Amino acid sequence: MTELLFDALLAIALVWTALRALLVPELFRSVMLFIAFGLLLALAWARLDAPDLALAEAAIGAGLTGALLLDAVGHLHRIEDARRKQENPEGRERRGEPS
Amino acid sequence: MIPGSIKRAGRVLALGLSLGLALLLGWAMFDLPPAEIRLPEQVAARLAETGVSHPVTAVLLDFRSYDTLLEVGVLLLAVIGVLATRAEVRDGVEPAPEPVLLALARVTVPLMVVVAGYLLWAGAHRPGGAFQAGAVLAASGVLLRLAGRLPAWATPGFTMRLGLAVGLLIFLIVAAGVMVGGVTLLDYPSDLAGGLILLIEAGLAVSIGLTLAGLFLSAPAPGANREDAS
Repeated sequence: MTELLFDALLAIALVWTALRALLVPELFRSVMLFIAFGLLLALAWARLDAPDLALAEAAIGAGLTGALLLDAVGHLHRIEDARRKQENPEGRERRGEPS
Repeated sequence: MIPGSIKRAGRVLALGLSLGLALLLGWAMFDLPPAEIRLPEQVAARLAETGVSHPVTAVLLDFRSYDTLLEVGVLLLAVIGVLATRAEVRDGVEPAPEPVLLALARVTVPLMVVVAGYLLWAGAHRPGGAFQAGAVLAASGVLLRLAGRLPAWATPGFTMRLGLAVGLLIFLIVAAGVMVGGVTLLDYPSDLAGGLILLIEAGLAVSIGLTLAGLFLSAPAPGANREDAS
């Protein structure tokens, strides 16, 4: 019973984080949700008795891809900031950027 | 969700269609007949010939090693593509490393290298193997980069390029080498199979680690774009 409940919650959380990752407007939150999705997916693989896939998913899917996406978001924000400053030198500051 | 524009209506339509397809596929899953081919039993029956006792490693590096060989080739091509298309990077402003991150990296990176070695060794008889070991090695590279202890890749030198290719090279040499004994490509002799698989996996772990880390390390330094754009 407990296992079934856990699996059902895991399945719902997977679909929910995947949907949110696609639908949130801010890229940074999208990447965070993608990483959370990757970790939940690793859990799902572990529940399906596929520890090899769980290891690979956690390390490559969530870890490395997450780091690459975060790096890309950081670069995008900086380009955007620089463009804004150029167009509107006294313009308002953007919110803090992730690094 | 008022479909004010055609774009939004298109999105809603796509979402509806995808959800419909997902439901249909889920429903079809329940109608599937049980699989005719019992792969787990077939693998278990001939596991002794592979020199490893973990079925996943046996499939990846013996029964379907041709697939893995090509996969490693694709990884090498991918990192060559990244290195070739990368824009010329001027020296960006390297941010000062975070002291907490630096301390964390000092503690965890040696542990990660040990874990990678363990995963590589464990691959023969339990979950683990070259891909997982390589991914952990790559993660330690990313951590060192973030802590400011590794520079971004400028142009990889000879040693680095050799490291990227060594996995595929060893794999190809072993794959072709067994043909000297008169057997087909990748058909390792049973008594040597375990050692050969470990040798291939060791090379693969290094190459995969460098490749995955290289995707991150060849990105320009954080300050580089700011200078370009302003």
